[in-house]
Amino acid sequence: MTPLLNRILGPRIPEEDFKKRPFRYLLPNLLFTLAAVSLIISVFFPFWRMDLKAPQYPRGLELIAYVDHIGGDVEELDLINHYIGMRPLQEAAKFEMSIAYYVMSVFALFLLAGTVIHTRWTAWLSLPAFLFPAAFILDMRWYMREFGMNLDPKAPLSSSVDPFVPTILGEGEVAQFTTLGYVDIGFWLALGSSVLIIFALWSHWAVWSPLVRKEEGKSN
Amino acid sequence: MTKNKNLLSWGLVAAVLLFVAVSAFAPRTSTRLGRGATAIAADRDLTPDDIEAALKTYMPSGRHDDYIMFSSGGHAGQVFVIGLPSMRILKTIGVFTPEPWQGWGTGAQDTMDILADGAVDGIEITWGDTHHPALSETGGEYDGQWLFINDKANARVALIDLKDFETKQIVKNPIAINDHGGTKVTPDTEWVIEGGQYATPLGYEYAPISDYADSYRGMVTFWKFDRLAGRIDKSASFAMELPPYWQDLCDAGKKVSEGWVVCGSFNSEMATGGIEDGNPPFEAGASQRDMDYLHIINLDAAIRVARAGQTSDINGFPVISLERSIAENLLYLAPEPKSPHGADITPGGEYIVVSGKLDPHVTIYSWAKIQSSIRAGNHRTDSYGVPILPFDSVVEAQVEVGLGPLHTEFDNQGYAYTSLFLEPAVARWTLGGPYERLHPEKGWQLVQQIPVHYNVGHLVTAEGDTVSPDGKYLVSLNKWALDRFANVGPLLPQNFQLIDIENNGDAMKLLYDMPMGIGEPHYAQIIKADKLNPWEVYPEVGWNPTTGTIDEHAVMLGEERVERHGNTVEIFMTAIRSHFTPERIDIRKGDHVIWHITNVERAYDATHGFALPGYNINVSIEPGEALSFEFDATNDGVFTYYCTEFCSALHLEMMGYLQVRP
Repeated sequence: MTPLLNRILGPRIPEEDFKKRPFRYLLPNLLFTLAAVSLIISVFFPFWRMDLKAPQYPRGLELIAYVDHIGGDVEELDLINHYIGMRPLQEAAKFEMSIAYYVMSVFALFLLAGTVIHTRWTAWLSLPAFLFPAAFILDMRWYMREFGMNLDPKAPLSSSVDPFVPTILGEGEVAQFTTLGYVDIGFWLALGSSVLIIFALWSHWAVWSPLVRKEEGKSN
Repeated sequence: MTKNKNLLSWGLVAAVLLFVAVSAFAPRTSTRLGRGATAIAADRDLTPDDIEAALKTYMPSGRHDDYIMFSSGGHAGQVFVIGLPSMRILKTIGVFTPEPWQGWGTGAQDTMDILADGAVDGIEITWGDTHHPALSETGGEYDGQWLFINDKANARVALIDLKDFETKQIVKNPIAINDHGGTKVTPDTEWVIEGGQYATPLGYEYAPISDYADSYRGMVTFWKFDRLAGRIDKSASFAMELPPYWQDLCDAGKKVSEGWVVCGSFNSEMATGGIEDGNPPFEAGASQRDMDYLHIINLDAAIRVARAGQTSDINGFPVISLERSIAENLLYLAPEPKSPHGADITPGGEYIVVSGKLDPHVTIYSWAKIQSSIRAGNHRTDSYGVPILPFDSVVEAQVEVGLGPLHTEFDNQGYAYTSLFLEPAVARWTLGGPYERLHPEKGWQLVQQIPVHYNVGHLVTAEGDTVSPDGKYLVSLNKWALDRFANVGPLLPQNFQLIDIENNGDAMKLLYDMPMGIGEPHYAQIIKADKLNPWEVYPEVGWNPTTGTIDEHAVMLGEERVERHGNTVEIFMTAIRSHFTPERIDIRKGDHVIWHITNVERAYDATHGFALPGYNINVSIEPGEALSFEFDATNDGVFTYYCTEFCSALHLEMMGYLQVRP
């Protein structure tokens, strides 16, 4: 092995100690694996929803955001939105959605890397997955603001609805609609992954930092 | 003083009733009635019975009816869909008559083609006299999938799909010019029965009426229904020639009598009228004899004979001749009292109830006795050689129900209900035999007559002609309304009266009067609402409701265009809130225009209309629907087309200009 790779991978498991205290070494691996699995599963679940209510929609309408697509009553919402000059919802976060699968797979692989990398690199590699839920919400909020604030001034109802920022969490109001935005299972899975990452890093730190320092002391 | 006391006690009774009823009906809402309710009852002079009736029929906003009634529209040529117990009209279904709201026969090509299939010998017919709706059945139960109805005037049968409540097919009877005894279906809807009525030479031929006995004939047609294809299969259908006795209503056997069909008749006298020549008029001539003939037909055997090709060809249609029917033992007659109007089979198929219109009795025939009489053989025959089963050998009972009995339906408590035209009333009477254990009274006796207003024709009970009637509601289809409603001129509405038949004994109660100012409905059928499962929107964008597939000319968003091929202009248009695309169409006088429109909406209730003035075109394009129409642009000018359904706040702006250059 090259010295660089060795520096990144860090110390290997001391066999004697592993036989005595296997759980100590397996715990961070287990936590990283769970975090990766949780993140991957979240891809298949809705991250965020908005329930829209108006008198002429007694069953309500819903907008559902997944990491890779937008679901729910998109056609009908686009149809309503065209009156106020909002761009079609499918145009939002197109790039992000197109790469979501790959990016999240890479993030999950980074987490799994934590099971073989025993240095601070593990922390750096966990960071993207850890930040993912927050990044998702911020990205969505950015697009919502972008779409809500840039209404086509030539749209039929542009004079009666001013540009607005849709309320993404909690209750909001637009024309005859009341909206309720809330995060859903996918988001909770991703957030769960972040929490698992904290515990994983903590246990990882507890096991490996003494060994890393010992090795660093040796090489100095 | 007494008057005041009376008023007070009525008021008290009303208050208690209201309180009890409201507590029962709405346990979760506030049961505390304002003093207003009793004040209203007193103010409007409502009796406790009135209040009870109101509580049984009132539907709070948004609550749906328990039952759906499909009523014939009479000579409106349509079908009406009515909710029970509220008696609200939910829909008109265009059938034999153009109906602009549905865009039925007012431009849309497929609807024009279906109506054209109902032409009689090349002559276009733009109305019909719808008589007897028949819901499709599976195992003798309504299955909520299809509805058939006949046009008495022109001997036609229409098929309505209950997925979208639209007419899909009209078949013209190739041998008869009029009908009456349909439609009825066999217990699995394999066959749709269309019985004839006024005898004529078959195949719309000419023969002088002096040849009546030799050349004029009755008939019954059995239309094969292909459920998979969702169409009547004319090529697998056949008819039977019958004596010219003016057959009336038919009914299909069920359970023990499945495979057989019965039809009444009312001119076994073979009267030929001619009042102008000093002959007795039909009304007298056809009423001379005390007995007419119940026709008993072995349908299963007739199918075998027809499939074996032992038929004659009349106007391109296979017909089993009277001689063949006699030779193959397909047809028997049984005397029935006098000029009867209905022949209705009990839920288990054991009895046939015949109402002798001019006799105060209903006559009940036993299916078992009919079968043993047929087996006994050695019958006398009528003048055509058809065997006649002796009256006494087949009759189970006669019940005196009242004057002018017409039609009978059944409930789940062993009662039968017969309309009495002359009284006018509805009679509740008891069935005997296996039904005797269902009611506290003895079998075969009158229990109650409830007056109706006025001159009842048919009556209908909930699922009342199936193998398991529901009881609960009865609707009396009254021909005269007289004083029941405000005078709206010399042509009065008919009166549908809803009657509560839930409790046994003499407890029938009148609940509601519903004016029917659109036609003279004849018969109706009532189905449990939850058996219907129609589409909310068409399954996919571009759906052709007639073919049940994506239309070959469906237009998707972004594919709108106008193509010109010589003098033909083909327009591919979409409709969505709140615009048509294209909005400007420029053509030349003399062009032939083919116009395709697809409603690309997926939202419930987002229907668009399309009206083109000056060219007699109005279509209805429901969400997902694709349709086409054609016309020759014979007039130049500027024509404003627009959406006829109030589809959105910008509905008025949903329009466009057709510019026809000179």
